Amino acid sequence: MKHTIKELEDIASQVRRDIVRMVHGCQSGHPGASLGCTDFFTALYFEVLNHKTDFTMEGAGEDLFFLSNGHISPVWYSTLAHAGYFDKSELATFRKLGSRLQGHPTTHEHLPGIRIASGSLGQGLSVAIGAALAKKLNGDHSHIFALLGDGELQEGQNWEAAMFAPFNKVDHLIASVDYNGQQIDGPTNKVLALDDLQAKFEAFGWHVINTDGNDMQAIVEGLHYAKTLTGKGKPILNLMSTQMGAGVDYMVGSHKWHGTAPNDEQLALALAQLPETLGDY
Amino acid sequence: MKKYTYTEKKDTRSGFGAGLHEAGKKNENVVALCADLVGSLKMDAFIKDFPERFTQVGIAEANMIGIAAGMTIGGKIPFTGTFANFSTGRVYDQIRQSVAYSNKNVKICASHAGLTLGEDGATHQILEDLGLMKMLPGMVVINPCDYNQTKAATMAIAEYEGPVYLRFGRPVIPVFTDPDQKFEIGKAWMVNEGTDVTIIATGHMVWKAIEAGEKLAELGIDAEIINIHTIKPLDDEAILTSVKKTGCVVTCEEHNKFGGLGESVARLLTTELPTPQEFVATNDTFGESGTPDQLMSKYGLDAVNIVEAVQKVIGRKKA
Ligand SMILES: Cc1ncc(C[n+]2csc(CCOP(=O)(O)OP(=O)(O)O)c2C)c(N)n1
Repeated sequence: MKHTIKELEDIASQVRRDIVRMVHGCQSGHPGASLGCTDFFTALYFEVLNHKTDFTMEGAGEDLFFLSNGHISPVWYSTLAHAGYFDKSELATFRKLGSRLQGHPTTHEHLPGIRIASGSLGQGLSVAIGAALAKKLNGDHSHIFALLGDGELQEGQNWEAAMFAPFNKVDHLIASVDYNGQQIDGPTNKVLALDDLQAKFEAFGWHVINTDGNDMQAIVEGLHYAKTLTGKGKPILNLMSTQMGAGVDYMVGSHKWHGTAPNDEQLALALAQLPETLGDY
Repeated sequence: MKKYTYTEKKDTRSGFGAGLHEAGKKNENVVALCADLVGSLKMDAFIKDFPERFTQVGIAEANMIGIAAGMTIGGKIPFTGTFANFSTGRVYDQIRQSVAYSNKNVKICASHAGLTLGEDGATHQILEDLGLMKMLPGMVVINPCDYNQTKAATMAIAEYEGPVYLRFGRPVIPVFTDPDQKFEIGKAWMVNEGTDVTIIATGHMVWKAIEAGEKLAELGIDAEIINIHTIKPLDDEAILTSVKKTGCVVTCEEHNKFGGLGESVARLLTTELPTPQEFVATNDTFGESGTPDQLMSKYGLDAVNIVEAVQKVIGRKKA
């Protein structure tokens, strides 16, 4: 381990502070699933991913990460800044005119760490598969990671990709699903239930694992374990249960915080629960 | 310049929500579908009163268009709702084959169009939708200018038989048209009669054109302002009659100048009555994050930009 679990939890606490401050600062954006995925991003970038912070688009010899549910950009931006891709002071520009930190991630402004635009849902898994195929052609055995929302899985393109990857033995791919059970119009079970996702992906030929995405130890171990499963002919799906709004008690578990910014009072309440460990931007 | 005032500001998407509710009351064949954006599309009143006539399809726009097309076969009049980007580019072939080519009575209702969607940024701000939709044979394309006109348009398209694309937006803007107006598809609205220049505007740009008209009046320029809410079919006669009088034209739209209202007007004029024209539109660019006002200003879609375009086009007329 490069870091202790306690160190990783401290990083995650700072990332959560950044997330609520960023969405508060522009009074827009998506705190809920950003907070829910904070432990995953911290584990990924500080423990699991083999990556360089002097960013190149191709990332030859590096593991690559693709965010399909682009609306949770705050957690990605904060993680990238703390990992060293750019200065954390830039987090203050989130969603503001002229910023490289667009509402949804984009390559258009050349923010280091971003390799493709996302925000229109359902496209990231295909892109990750394409990047994995290119690595294979290049003789590069690095890993490709992707994150998808659970509501996002309602988009049909995911299932085209889900069918393609096992058939074509795209086996250096580890896709995680942010399984928080919420989307904009309510709980996913009420909008359009996903039912038994594990069985569905297994039926398509994926190797499915289950992790607790809000337990740092569990997510670090789960992602390391996923890496050991690669190269065996099957893509890996990490069904990662999380809670929307994890870390901020009044946001936990409610779709109401999918895309709502906290007001001043709510911000103070949130920050009181999240120790400042690495210094605010 | 005719005086336009307003007492309140509202979003055009709320006009859609109110119109959908009214259309639902009038005709029990009106049904609504949404792809996980009920609140953004203001469909709540319809859903509350007609829960059995509402279908939540989840985040699956392609499926939504196909289901809507199928429902017309049973005599239903489906109104689909999602953001403009996901209503058009996302599902273009589904619309092309199952709706337009098959001539199905689907109403594709698209919110958060253009730059005024704001902070979400370019992935969500479509500036190409009018072009995409007007190119489809048989598709009616409407972009109303305020709450009242959007409400009236929504009710009117329920009574029209055939595919329609209805585009509206997120920001609150002045409500200045008649609350009891009768909306006639394809019929331009004369906002202000004038003699020096024809300003043709659609959607959120109509209020900006009125603001520009007031500034122009102070400069001694008498602008005729026409609201083209129906981009297709275009009201050729209204445009030609006006341009014959004024001899120059400025088109205004919250859309790429490639493929938008301005190009439709230019096509008409080059064949019927070649006329100097200036375009107030975005210039082959994607949008970005920012507040709606900041973006309209940065991308040249403010009243001052209309004033400048008018001064330029009048200069070309004299030359
Ligand atoms: C193609 C497309 N359709 C609709 C949207 C609007 N939208 C943004 S996030 C979202 C809900 C996503 O649900 P989920 O993947 O579960 O993410 P979470 O709510 O957990 O953040 C929707 C419908 C979009 N961005 N893209």
